[in-house]
Amino acid sequence: MTEPITAQTITAGPITISGHGGDQIEAYLARPTGTTPRGGVVLIHHMPGYDEATLEMARKFAVHGYSALCPNLYSREAPGAAPDDAAAAVRAAGGVPDERLVGDVAGAAAHLKSLDNANGKVGVIGHCSGGRQTFLSACSLDIDAAVDCYGAFVVNEVPAGFPISMKPIIGLAPDLSCPLLGLFGAEDQNPAPDETAALSAELDRLGKAHEFHTYPDAGHSFFAVDRPAYRVAAAVDGWQKIFAFFGTHLAA
Amino acid sequence: MCTYQTEKVAVDGSGKGAQGWFPVSDATVYVDHPVHAPYGHTVNIDFLNPALGPSSRVALELTEEAALALADAIRASVVSAPAGIASANQKV
Repeated sequence: MTEPITAQTITAGPITISGHGGDQIEAYLARPTGTTPRGGVVLIHHMPGYDEATLEMARKFAVHGYSALCPNLYSREAPGAAPDDAAAAVRAAGGVPDERLVGDVAGAAAHLKSLDNANGKVGVIGHCSGGRQTFLSACSLDIDAAVDCYGAFVVNEVPAGFPISMKPIIGLAPDLSCPLLGLFGAEDQNPAPDETAALSAELDRLGKAHEFHTYPDAGHSFFAVDRPAYRVAAAVDGWQKIFAFFGTHLAA
Repeated sequence: MCTYQTEKVAVDGSGKGAQGWFPVSDATVYVDHPVHAPYGHTVNIDFLNPALGPSSRVALELTEEAALALADAIRASVVSAPAGIASANQKV
């Protein structure tokens, strides 16, 4: 008899993994117990950091049968600091460099593939800045499925005067290594629907598999359960689409 | 939206954070999502001392009305006091 999902026993906690350049960084691993082969999910945290709500998402993936690993992208600048303090420090310093992000995701994916019950498949998901970083990772690494939740500045230029050198990355689209699920809010300004439509059109042109959904009555951060932007209808449907998508592409 | 636009200013004084008082050297001001205030966006003000590490931070998340009122109150307070009394070059 198959156990109901909510009865899935998991383990979860912080570990150390090798990130970009071999740096030892903190990460949060949540995984089902037992020896059943499992797909892996790299969870890229949003700009506010490696926070409680993000780690809760990692445990949700584990309950649904995936080994989920969330690297703390701010480990280097703020080891041991509270997530909000770490985010403020990294923000003031100009954010996470793209090259380092890709290296950290590569390290997380490698760690997932090294687990004793790994099935060899790894997906990536990220929210907000993590949505853009998910697209970047899926165009830079060999990934099996990617989920971009309202990532901005994939297509559009950042406004003038930004203190960091974040560039549009739509030029990387020919290298997209896997199917892409995009979940967006119709009321979001970054990315606004015209930006996600432009990305979809470019992926169509390139023949890259993708599935985009834009929810009415939802703006940026509609998955964030601890923020006023949370929209229950969009988030519930979005989670169903995420699990259906990973169920298809991360099965052995 | 997530803005990366950040106003930075060097400051001279002290702040009280989670571990007590410390000298503050920098302040940042930016409009972005708050961590705690019950709004989608707020004016976020951080008083920092990077030399002491990320935890040396005093953080505020204010509505724009509150932030502007605070800025006015700071100016009014300084103007109403004798000129130079709280200056970095004050006589003690």
